Parts: sequence; structure tokens; C-alpha cells
Amino acid sequence: MAAIEILGLEKTYMVGFWRKRPKRALQPLHLTVEEGEIFGFLGPNGAGKTTTLKMLMGLVFPTSGTARILGHEWTDPEIKAQIGFLPEQPYFYDYLTAHELLDYYGQLSGVPAKDRKRRVEEVLQRVGLTDIQGVQLRKFSKGMLQRAGIAQAILHNPKLVFFDEPMSGLDPLGRREVRDLMEQLKQEGKTVFFSTHILSDAEALCDRVAIIYKGELRGVGAVEDLTSTVQGKVEVVWQGTQIPASMKALGAECHVTGDTVRAVLAENQQDAAIDALRREHIRLIAITPLRTSLEAYFVEKLQPSQAASAGKTVGTAV
Amino acid sequence: MSPRIIQIAANTFREAVRDRVLYNLIAFALLLSGAAIFVGQISIDIERLVVVDLGLTAVSLFGVVIAIFIGIGLVSKEIEKRTLYTVLSRPVRRWEFIVGKFFGLAGTLVVNTFFMAIGVFGALFYVAHKFSKPDALILVALYFIVLEFLIICSLALLFSSFSSPLLSAVFAFSLFVIGSFAEDLRGFAGLAHGVTRWFATAAAYLVPNFSALNVISAAAHEQPLSSQLILHNTLYALFYTAMALSGAVLIFERRNLK
Repeated sequence: MAAIEILGLEKTYMVGFWRKRPKRALQPLHLTVEEGEIFGFLGPNGAGKTTTLKMLMGLVFPTSGTARILGHEWTDPEIKAQIGFLPEQPYFYDYLTAHELLDYYGQLSGVPAKDRKRRVEEVLQRVGLTDIQGVQLRKFSKGMLQRAGIAQAILHNPKLVFFDEPMSGLDPLGRREVRDLMEQLKQEGKTVFFSTHILSDAEALCDRVAIIYKGELRGVGAVEDLTSTVQGKVEVVWQGTQIPASMKALGAECHVTGDTVRAVLAENQQDAAIDALRREHIRLIAITPLRTSLEAYFVEKLQPSQAASAGKTVGTAV
Repeated sequence: MSPRIIQIAANTFREAVRDRVLYNLIAFALLLSGAAIFVGQISIDIERLVVVDLGLTAVSLFGVVIAIFIGIGLVSKEIEKRTLYTVLSRPVRRWEFIVGKFFGLAGTLVVNTFFMAIGVFGALFYVAHKFSKPDALILVALYFIVLEFLIICSLALLFSSFSSPLLSAVFAFSLFVIGSFAEDLRGFAGLAHGVTRWFATAAAYLVPNFSALNVISAAAHEQPLSSQLILHNTLYALFYTAMALSGAVLIFERRNLK
């Protein structure tokens, strides 16, 4: 059974002073997410990712189309007991402590009273929010709020979790922890649907991705397939800062980073490159075939005229 | 009642308490203590009348201000701060959210009124040195004041469901003022002719009739209040509140939370 089936969801807002000018935020979207997969919903800022998520959550009503979540109509309120949602840049009742907030959300999600306290402690520990007893959320940093947001999304042990930009506001360690958490959720058999504009996160985590741009779905596929295309080039990495002249003669594009050199050259020059390094007694570290990156696929899926501008908004941080 | 409504109401009440809304009780206590002492010194034989009149008017005004200022932000603030997203993405119906918010604010006002009522009776005892049977009328007046709060809460919620806090405050205050003169408006409608009569009559019946709920003067002057009036006012307030809440739900059910 598909976890999510989006059947032509579309959203057009009426804008302008008299609300007569239509502005299409999302063109009819057809998308299926299978159970148990981590699905990345990629696109630059303003592409329609959040609109799609809000429609699935029942926060925004579609102009047309429908969807099924875990086999039920997405408008069925009861199905939400099996869904977790982290909004983008979440903000919570800041007069509450994290424990109170989660207890409240646990009540609303129907978590039995006898399990609630234990669940709250468990998820707080899981997202790394410890030693915060009695601290109101108004005193939380942005990263702590993000962690509290993730905690509330998984509190009621949902089968399907929607994360809207889950890495936002987190430091590198926090991002790593969230990535680990998402992988754990997958191992527990849960489906994770997350939107991001950080492609390295998607590449590291997702089984499949969809690319959306200007409200239009531009491509869907398994990350493995999208990034497995060998480009007929290899990357050679060796220790040191020395670049032998013979390597340059092979047409290698070399970059020195710290005490390693990375060179990209044609696959048929691979043996000659190894010989050249041996002659110079340079220690070879790795030779790997160069594959298409998700970023390259992403840029290809955007309109050529927009590719340059998208590069400015799409982060590639690790 | 759905447990989710109770939880939303309890959280709304907790928010009011943590935002120090009940601190108004300190101002109320100071006002009433000062008034009781002052009145005790300057009034002869009318201490009870002045304390009851002043005390109940203060209860009403303090409560109206709280009802409007909290009520106008109940929905719009949640949308603006996006706290609503994590509530409505749970098995919570939109109508449950509105009704829960209403009961939370109404509960806050009932608790507030309870403590103020203790203050009024305290001041009364200070000036009269005893309680008498007509003092029970004060309880009826307080009950009507609570009914008035219910209507204002529902109206503030109605405006909050589609308008900005500033405009909601203007609408709610305007309706409170006009509603306080509803009987006069009805009187004017009876005297008017043609289109003016039609408009005045429509307006008189559309705005909440707060003047019918205001029995402060009667309670102060120890004039009897009929049980029929209590029944009519109760039914009227509940009907008006239900209508305003239904309007709020109808609007909110269709609203896109951008």
C-alpha cells in the first residue's frame, strides 16, 4: 500500500486588491510515496513544497485534486493520529515548557495518559533535549525549538512523518543527529516525507526524490538511479600537494585541498595516471568513477534560464 | 464534550494565567479597597448603593476589556505565530479548536469574575458591616455580567477568525458600545419612519442587547429581578453566543492558513 497518493492536487490563489488575479502556487501534482521509504521533496525556495505539505495537512484547501494517506482520504481527521508533522521554522506556545508542550500534543493526538509521561521523556531524549526541565520555550534557541518540533512530530509514534525543512536552524552536529533519526525512523518501518532545498541531505538520506519548481513537478526517481550514471570520468586522489607534470599532460583537472590532491580525468587515462603517480613515488589514496550528482540532476531539471538563479538559493552544505 | 475541546480550553486558560492576565485582579482590589474606604468617609446611608454600583461596573468593564483583548488574538495570533499548524495537523477538527478556545477564555473570565465578586462582597461588608437579603441581587447581576462576557468572547472570536487583531478590537468595542444602548436603539426604531425605521429595527435586533443584561443599577437600588428575566436573558445570551460561535466556525472551516 502506498503511504501517500497525491492525485492532481492543485492550488491557485487569487491575489491583488480585488482578489481577481489568479496565481498558481501548485500545478496539478501526481505523486506516490511508498510505505517505509524516505522521500525527499526538493525544490528551491518558493517552489511549492510547503504549499503541498500544508494541503496534505489540511491547513490549506486545494483548488482541485485529492489525496490518500495510508489508504484513507486525506481529509479524514482520524488519519492524523498516524501522522507526524514538523512545519518549517516551527514556533510553539512559548509560555509552556517542552514537557508541557509535548504532554498537550500527546493529549490532542490521543496518546493514553499512562504512556504519555514515558513517551515525552523518550522523545526528548531522542532529539537530544535533556536538562530542560522547567525551562519555558521562549528561552529556547532556534536549534532547540527545531528539536522540540521534531519531538512533537514523532511523539505519538506515527506511521508517516512529514518534515518541512527539518535541518533548518540546526548546527552541523544537530543536522547529523536529525539525519540519524530519520534513518532510525525508516528502520522502524515508518515512512518519512521531507522537503528540503539542501541537496546533500537528500542525497545522503533519501530512497527517492521528487523535484518541484515553480509549482510544477519536474522529476521523480530513486536517488541511486539518478546518481549512478557514470560520466566516463574518474576521480583520482593522492596524498601531498605535488601535481606531477605528467598528470597535467593527461588532461587532469587538479585541485589541492589541504594535503590531498583530487584530479578528474578521462576513464581511459586511469592506468596512465596510476603509472605517473608511481613514477613520482606518490601515495595513491583512491580512484573512483565520477557519477552524476543529485545537484547536477536537480539543475538539469530546472529550466536552463533558471538554473543559474537556482544555484544561488540551493544550498549544498554537508 | 470532546476531550480535545477540554484540552484546548485548558491550554487557553493556562496561557491567560501565564501571561499574567489575572494580575488585573490586583488593580481591581486596589480600586475597590480605595473606593470602599473613600465612600465610607463621604457617603451617608448610600454606601451600599455606591459600592455595589461601582464594584459591579468595575467587574463588567475589567472583564469586557479582558474578553476583547484576549479574544481578538485567539485565532489570529495562532495563525500569525503558526502555532496552529501543529494543532490542526493532529486529529483536531477546526470547530473543536474554536469551541475549545471559547471555553478557555470564558473559563478565564469566570474565574476572574469569581475573585472580583469576592472583592465586591468584601467591600460591601466593609461599608455595611453585614449582609442582607437584597445582596443576593448582586449575584444575579454578576450572573448577567458573565452572560455578557460569553457574548463578547464569541464576538471577539468571530472577528478574530477573519480579521486582524486591530480591526477585531474596533469591531468588538463598537458592538459593545452600541449593544449597551440597544434599548435606546429599539426605542429610536419605534419612533422612526420609512427606510430609517427598517434599518434601525434591523440594527437594534442584530446587535447584542447588553442593556437588557445590565441590572447593576437595579441590584444597587435593591429592586427585585424576576425569574422570567433571568430565564430570558440566559436563553438570549446562549442563543447569541451560539450564533456568533457558529459564524466563527463557518468562517474558520473555510480559511486557508497560509
